[in-house]
Amino acid sequence: MFSLADISKTIDTWLRLHLNDTWTLVVEMVIAGVSVIGLFAVLGLVLVIMERKVSAWIQIRLGPNRVGPKGMFQSLADTVKLLVKEGLTPDGADKFLFNLAPLIAIVVAMLLMAPIAFAKNFQLWDMNIGVLYITAVSSIMVISVLMAGWASNNKYSLLGAMRSGAQIVSYELSAGLSIIAIVILTGSLSFNEIVQSQADGWWIFKGHIPVIIAFVIFIIAATAETNRAPFDLAEAESELTAGFHTEYSGMKFALFFLAEYVNVFIVCAIGATLFLGGWMPFHIGHWDAFNHVMDFIPSSMWFFGKTFFLIFLIMWFRWTFPRLRIDQLLNLEWKYLLPISMFNILLVTAMAILKWHF
Amino acid sequence: MYIINYIKTVFSTVRSMLVGMRRTGYYFTHHKEIITEQYPDNRDTLKMADRFKGEVVMPHDEKNEHRCTGCTACELACPNGTIKVITKFDITPEGKKKKAIDKLVYHLELCTMCNLCIVACPSDAIKMAQTFEHSVFDRNELTKVLNNPGSKIMDGVE
Repeated sequence: MFSLADISKTIDTWLRLHLNDTWTLVVEMVIAGVSVIGLFAVLGLVLVIMERKVSAWIQIRLGPNRVGPKGMFQSLADTVKLLVKEGLTPDGADKFLFNLAPLIAIVVAMLLMAPIAFAKNFQLWDMNIGVLYITAVSSIMVISVLMAGWASNNKYSLLGAMRSGAQIVSYELSAGLSIIAIVILTGSLSFNEIVQSQADGWWIFKGHIPVIIAFVIFIIAATAETNRAPFDLAEAESELTAGFHTEYSGMKFALFFLAEYVNVFIVCAIGATLFLGGWMPFHIGHWDAFNHVMDFIPSSMWFFGKTFFLIFLIMWFRWTFPRLRIDQLLNLEWKYLLPISMFNILLVTAMAILKWHF
Repeated sequence: MYIINYIKTVFSTVRSMLVGMRRTGYYFTHHKEIITEQYPDNRDTLKMADRFKGEVVMPHDEKNEHRCTGCTACELACPNGTIKVITKFDITPEGKKKKAIDKLVYHLELCTMCNLCIVACPSDAIKMAQTFEHSVFDRNELTKVLNNPGSKIMDGVE
């Protein structure tokens, strides 16, 4: 049976046969880094073409259909175009910060990859505070946006960056509170243990209504945190040309673009891990025969299937609703999502103490 | 009271969200009714929308007769001097002089397709055609004479 853990174990034993421990570690780190970059490239290509196709079908259009079979190589062609374009730095810009900002965006996205469990026993870094790490590191994302907006020396960029700051800081609260709902039920911050706790059913089924509310709030907050429509005030094409990345071109723009899609993947991966069981196959309580059949599907397939389902949900959400105004955006967070998720935490805590969940 | 309104708002928001997503979900799963026209490929079968306005034309019937009386209402209605009506006087069989058009000159390069001339015309002599491939190499070709050579006014149109 195909398993990512087996492949990594084979590579590890082969390396240990030929090298000493230090060099094995170095080579394995290099392999991990290269695979993360490879995953980024593949995600960028796949998610861009997926976004364009989904948006086209939702709007009764055809979408890209010229490059390759059914337009599937469109994003590849776009990447080549962005690679050969000139990366211009404006005269009035703060050159150091201007060039640093896209780098920070992509480095933060790379850091966020560390604790995600891609398959059974397949994780870059199984730390005991994975959830805390994710919420802490993902807030650095706003620094890169603010940096890009400030360094561009452009009013559109600065406005977009300021909006993005207000937005990410406020939506992190309700995202964090909905994550805490699962942490309360599991009693652990480690991704591995959270997945293990869902062996007899995913939290979205086991935790019934409070967890479903937390899931909906998480999806809304995740959309806002990744700066996607209907919360894309930081970019807001019709108002701010392109917001914080107005002045960026060529590969620097591509890095921001890639970071956006990788962040979408990461928040969906976290959502899938917390609420839909990560790599855990679909198990129902004690139906052992049924559970055994489900185990035949590789765990990495389950993980990527759930993540892409959530990505599709977010895209569906994006292409259905128009952009909110800044006051509506902050109203939604401070008057609705935050009080509801706080009340929801109370419900979840009561449920965890009284053992009302399955 | 406030709390009841609050809860009502939350539920109506969730409901309207679901209604919207059901609509787009329907479009997503039914991609037969695509509205995109793949233009140069389907040039032969292309169907334009009724409201599309391409250029002003003057329809002639099979006897090479049009309905234009030369009243210059279109020329007066035109906001940017696109239409120029050059009139002449015909001699009717009874020996009376009657106003008629010699040429109705239409400058396509100035036209904004605003439709005001068609609205202004009292005898429905001109209308909007749905052609749109107007590119030419010499701009003189964009100055068109709408009435056919040798055409005359239809009987009964005053």
